[in-house]
Amino acid sequence: MIRVEGLEKSFGRLKVLKGVTLEVEPGEVATIIGPSGSGKSTLLRCINLLEEADAGAIYFEGERVDRRWVNGQWTRPPERAIDLYRSQVGMVFQNFNLFGHWTVLENIIMAPIHVLKKPRAEAVAVAKVLLAKVGLADKADAYPHQLSGGQKQRVAIARALAMEPKAMLFDEPTSALDPELVGEVLTVMKRLANEGMTMIVVTHEMNFAKDVADTVYVMDEGEIIEHGTPDTIFTNPVKERTRTFLRQVLLRE
Amino acid sequence: MGLDFTVVWEGLPYLLLGALVTIEVTVIALVLGSIIGLLAGLARLSKNRYLAGLAAIYVAFVRGTPLLVQLFILYFGLPQMGVKLPAFLCGVIGLSIYSGSYISEIVRGAIQSIDRGQTEAARSLGFSPAQTMRLVVLPQAFLRMLPPLGNEFIALIKNSSLVSLLTIQDLMRAGQRIISITFRSFEVYIAVAVLYFLLTYTMSVITRRMEQALRIQ
Ligand SMILES: Nc1ncnc2c1ncn2[C@@H]1O[C@H](COP(=O)(O)OP(=O)(O)OP(=O)(O)O)[C@@H](O)[C@H]1O
Ligand SMILES: [Mg+2]
Repeated sequence: MIRVEGLEKSFGRLKVLKGVTLEVEPGEVATIIGPSGSGKSTLLRCINLLEEADAGAIYFEGERVDRRWVNGQWTRPPERAIDLYRSQVGMVFQNFNLFGHWTVLENIIMAPIHVLKKPRAEAVAVAKVLLAKVGLADKADAYPHQLSGGQKQRVAIARALAMEPKAMLFDEPTSALDPELVGEVLTVMKRLANEGMTMIVVTHEMNFAKDVADTVYVMDEGEIIEHGTPDTIFTNPVKERTRTFLRQVLLRE
Repeated sequence: MGLDFTVVWEGLPYLLLGALVTIEVTVIALVLGSIIGLLAGLARLSKNRYLAGLAAIYVAFVRGTPLLVQLFILYFGLPQMGVKLPAFLCGVIGLSIYSGSYISEIVRGAIQSIDRGQTEAARSLGFSPAQTMRLVVLPQAFLRMLPPLGNEFIALIKNSSLVSLLTIQDLMRAGQRIISITFRSFEVYIAVAVLYFLLTYTMSVITRRMEQALRIQ
């Protein structure tokens, strides 16, 4: 469903992605783990075209989305095409990024109304269902600043789901949370995975990767150094760097 | 020479008429200046280099020259080029262009102060750049613009006294006319100052109320 081929990205002199390739099938849950600064966020941002890669290609449902073949050359697609693609791929950020001037309900219904042109009543109905699903039915009229971090992130997930995305990208959705709030967000994500959502999850939660992921990608210094089932990666990794990273994570916990 | 405030009393209807003109000039310039400021502020942040450059030149030039000179160019200079505009129009246009340059900086600063995450979240949901600006960034930026905008509007009221030099019958000029008849400079200018103060004070109350109302929301 999402295929990334030879993605490269530099910020100035710093080469952050050095040819990243991965493929995620419909319904697959892929997690990306790796040390800080290895380029995980940059990879997700490139997949969502928030960042423009220098080389490589991104395919969504078999079609190239980062470039288009026009008049004999690859060019950046028009903004409208990019918006359409983004509306089909939900993104959840580390810092939630809820819209502070809107209530929880408005946060969820605005994109369906303005991007999908849904009637307001329908958008509200869907939003209520989603809020119940993430356990926040009673918070529809609250403003983001009145919520805890865990609640904010669940609203952010509901907001993304309201677009009925075909896939979801999560960038360390629990890293900004107090430890006791991590569970409630992971629960929502697990349920989503069980319902068959295609997901790419950058995470430091190794248990989530072990329990939920179909595939684990290990990233280091801008490369995917290995990937496989959680079983292989966590119990029998091939690369020494993977072992080092996992040992460090275990020590931290 | 003793003080005689009866001249103020007698001239009050005239002063109030002048104050009305001052309000008129200021309100029109406030609206036009805000529109110019918003457009120029957005232009400066635009990806289009020419648009951004043009807006930067406008801001630099207008902020770097005296308002009085700008007004004189419009009123005394342009007729030589065959463009003769009524005094009132020159005053309003001059003030709008002038305050627009300051407002554009306020707009730009407020927009830049909004966390990039807001824009990214909006774009990731499929909002277009224009929708993102209109629905997500500007409403939040507006709240931050209010205090400096209030200051700017107060400056606008005070600066509007310069249009009296274009023969516009504003508060300042009304005072001068009364003085030319009564020769009571002190009393009349004090009265003029009090009336200007009432206008600026009202403006500051209005912007503060707006701020509170929006914050509570
Ligand atoms: N916009 C940017 N401009 C310059 N450098 C950047 C930018 N974004 C990221 N970088 C750099 O690119 C490198 C990779 O960053 P990235 O955020 O992708 O890492 P990460 O794997 O997500 O790390 P973390 O686990 O800390 O979130 C870092 O060295 C970072 O400083
Ligand atoms: Mg990151």
